[in-house]
Amino acid sequence: MKKELMAVTCSWLLAGSLAGCGGDGGGEASGNDAGGSSGNDSVTLSMLVSETANLNGIEAVAEAVEEEHNISVEIEQRPGGPEGENVVKTRLATDDMSDLVLFNSGALLQTIDPPENFVDLTDEPNMDRVHDSYKETVTTDGRIYGVPANSSQVGAWLYNKKVYDELDLEIPKTWDQLMENNQMIKDAGKTAVIASYNEIWTAQLPLLADFYNVQAEEPEFAENYTAGDAKFADTSAALRGFEKIWELGVEGENFFNEDFNATTYNQGMEMLATGEGVHYPMLSQVLPIMEENYPDAIGDIGVFPQPNDTEDINGFTVWMPDALLINKNTEKMEAAKQWVEFFISKEGLEIYADAAKSIGPFVVDGIQVPDDAFEAVKQMQPYFDEGSTAPALEFVSPIKGANLPQITSEVGAGIREPQEAAEMYDDDAEKQANQLGIDGW
Amino acid sequence: MNTMNNKMYSYYFLLPAAIIYFLFFLFPTLMSFFYSFTWWTLTDWEFIGFENFINFFQEPSLRIGFRNTLFFAVTATTGKVVLGLLFAVFLCSKIRNRGLLRSIVFFPVLISAIAIGIAFSVMMHPTDGIINSNLAKIGLNGPNWLGEPSLAIFSVAFTDIWRGVGIATVIFIAGIMAIPWEYREALKIDGGSSFQEFWHITLPLSRPAMNTVIILALIDGLRNFDLVWAMTGGGPGFSSDVLASIIYKQYAGGFYGLATAGNVILFLFIALIAFPVFKFINRREVDL
Amino acid sequence: MSVHYENKEEVLSAGAAQKSAVRFSQKKTPKKILVSEILGTLAAVIFFGVPFYFVFINSLKPAEEAAQMNLSWPNSFHMLENYKEVLTINDGRLLLAFFNSTIITLFTILILIIICSMAAFVLARREGLSKKLNYLVLIGLMLPPAIVPTISVLQTLGLFKTMPGIVLLEGALRFSFACILYRAFVATIPRELDEAALIDGCGPLRLFFQIIFPLLKPVTSTIIVLSSIQVYNDFENMLYFFPGADNATVQLTLYNFTGMFGTSYHYLFANVILISIPPLILFIFFNKKIVAGMTAGAVKG
Repeated sequence: MKKELMAVTCSWLLAGSLAGCGGDGGGEASGNDAGGSSGNDSVTLSMLVSETANLNGIEAVAEAVEEEHNISVEIEQRPGGPEGENVVKTRLATDDMSDLVLFNSGALLQTIDPPENFVDLTDEPNMDRVHDSYKETVTTDGRIYGVPANSSQVGAWLYNKKVYDELDLEIPKTWDQLMENNQMIKDAGKTAVIASYNEIWTAQLPLLADFYNVQAEEPEFAENYTAGDAKFADTSAALRGFEKIWELGVEGENFFNEDFNATTYNQGMEMLATGEGVHYPMLSQVLPIMEENYPDAIGDIGVFPQPNDTEDINGFTVWMPDALLINKNTEKMEAAKQWVEFFISKEGLEIYADAAKSIGPFVVDGIQVPDDAFEAVKQMQPYFDEGSTAPALEFVSPIKGANLPQITSEVGAGIREPQEAAEMYDDDAEKQANQLGIDGW
Repeated sequence: MNTMNNKMYSYYFLLPAAIIYFLFFLFPTLMSFFYSFTWWTLTDWEFIGFENFINFFQEPSLRIGFRNTLFFAVTATTGKVVLGLLFAVFLCSKIRNRGLLRSIVFFPVLISAIAIGIAFSVMMHPTDGIINSNLAKIGLNGPNWLGEPSLAIFSVAFTDIWRGVGIATVIFIAGIMAIPWEYREALKIDGGSSFQEFWHITLPLSRPAMNTVIILALIDGLRNFDLVWAMTGGGPGFSSDVLASIIYKQYAGGFYGLATAGNVILFLFIALIAFPVFKFINRREVDL
Repeated sequence: MSVHYENKEEVLSAGAAQKSAVRFSQKKTPKKILVSEILGTLAAVIFFGVPFYFVFINSLKPAEEAAQMNLSWPNSFHMLENYKEVLTINDGRLLLAFFNSTIITLFTILILIIICSMAAFVLARREGLSKKLNYLVLIGLMLPPAIVPTISVLQTLGLFKTMPGIVLLEGALRFSFACILYRAFVATIPRELDEAALIDGCGPLRLFFQIIFPLLKPVTSTIIVLSSIQVYNDFENMLYFFPGADNATVQLTLYNFTGMFGTSYHYLFANVILISIPPLILFIFFNKKIVAGMTAGAVKG
């Protein structure tokens, strides 16, 4: 019996040691750069970014920093969306975070406990140049934990100017005017409103982009919503977002493209570029993608805010850029701070803007929209200058229910009526509030 | 005789597998069950009793989820078992191009779920898709395979059969090939037909393979969601949600305690179906 | 469907009358068989081939054309550009991923084959014990790995983010599948064989490794093929348990093309084709083994 046991153990150890040998190649590489960050030696920082981040811009800045300060960056990509949030949370929970992190600002940042995990940047140089509207989205208990990693962008109505000229349409200032435009476009045999429900997150846009209007009519909504005192279902201004989707959708005026369920994000952009579809409620992040895929059409793409029922309220709902954060437990604190400082310096952001065309105005002083900016971005600028903008709800309240894409898609497809959808979403948000440990729900 | 044999079947043979399986799977899994009774943020937790379980059963799409999970598992398992057996018998026979055909049947198994999801979403497009445009040619009006709430889950199950039948076929081939040739010779000498060979020899003697395919396909079908996620995202709305996709959405939404409770419930649900099935088919095995 | 098992022994050992009977039945309808074979092959090629054709043809197209996602013939071929880009992006990350995934797969399979065949042998032979343990094995198929606790275990053992760590973990996660397959096939090997070996003076180790294990060749080939594809194509576990810029694995390379600029389908599909080649080669190789092993498996109790 002993002999058998020995033999089994031996064969087992053999298998184990073989596995060990194979592993050396991979193990070494990650262990090498752990130590040296002193003196003139070059330092390598690790940086975890979402696949959806604009790598061109980050890499351009990284190159400049390497030349100037001898600090290089090794970029590791993670999935975007909820899957990516899980990756970040898992790595924080297991003490395995990279030195620099790119993550959403606003509600999502609050879910990863900035004071516990990231370096307080309140007193860092260049911080005074960052706009207050942005700082609010990366602040916890009065301290600032992140800097903007990109320009801001808007959630709004992208439209095809060529078709607007052909049909002699004007930019709508009210919801009714928009619906009239839609009707004329539909009568002309084109798709009035592009819906790309194959990628379900796109279904939320008309609701989220309506927040400027909500905020203008109910300035206290975000605060009360966070406290659990205001709900979508019983705040008429907020409920309008669901109603607007319903009106556009299958059971409303049916302005969507016929195969909206099967239409993808890319196909939505193509429809807008070719003029087959004329309106696309979307984030302005599609602009560089459209430039890449349809360079001839990008000049024809314009943008206007989601109109309110009355003309006197008209402005853009703004999506704040992702935050660049420093891991609190990094062993290369100095280098990481230097990197971030360079990134948001005037020089750094100009290098960034050169390499990656911006999708909206920057939220840092002294960075102007360049002459070769997208037409649509130029159209946004006046609104920003006169202050007719408001951050989207997810940047002013930590509560965002997880099922909003599904719920809004049901409203658009005519499966669920607005009132019921809003109630369902309120329940969904309540769960989020409980998970975040927020009182009052 | 039993004691003599048991000496030959030393417990130490189980040891390496037991250590790895326990250390890297069973132990962390048991640990995670604890979190199903907590409010959990991955870094922090607080004991809340059965609240997660109560909340899980109040999930709005849960009823749809249970129904779809069963539909999906039964459809996919039946398809894989029946088609896999037919393909295997066919591919073990003296046909030309056998090697090529085996590769073709198996090829879907090699391709990543993402690509399969995209390819089938495109082919099932209601107007431009290759399926409906060909149906249109013969005068049929094809349905909206993935956009029709009552149809979507079956379209995904069909795709899963397409993807997984290669695995079933390979297992069946191995099973058929393991049947001793003497049995067939005996039947041939008795003048049996091909069908009799299939019915009296191939079918009963490939039962170990069949049982394996059934149990693997069933459990896989009950917890599968990657194709659902890639093709419909659980939609339209919630209509093609399965239990695993509901849990995935909870986990993705940051509801870690709730998602863990969901996993416990899904586990119990699968066990409730799979254990009796397993017991039943294994009893049949011994009878033979 | 007419079924004729291919086996040399069958022809050799069968009587002359039977031989002619087999020939006769084939002679009767050679055309019919040929036609049905061609039709069958064609049907299979279309049924299983079209999605593959879709992926392949779109991997040859330029960006705008691929983004339209249809089955049409490319207007212009960008095969070289697309495949070159996929192979060189991120300093050839794909090649590193090929290397990592291959090593992980190789060692995982090695471990799986050894531990699962041994465990399954004992489980199949000891029925009393087996009944209880079977359910424990089945659990491995029913539950996804618990992410954070598993990472804690790996960290405690100093194995997190290392090749041995991910290999052992993958071994644990694939154990149930391979064990169940092995168990089913050990059951087909007659116990008389064990007794004969015992009488010949074999110990348990010799019995298993010299007599039983060779007889398991076909199912071993099957497990090599199926499990290595599962490990090689694993996405979720690599993402969580094997993170790090240097720890690239093949499925994660697909993320190179789903970034900021939407999904670059032409690159994505080219990448899918490239990463599908190693398992295809593996399959073609072992496909023959699965069949070849069978004839050796005849039991001369």
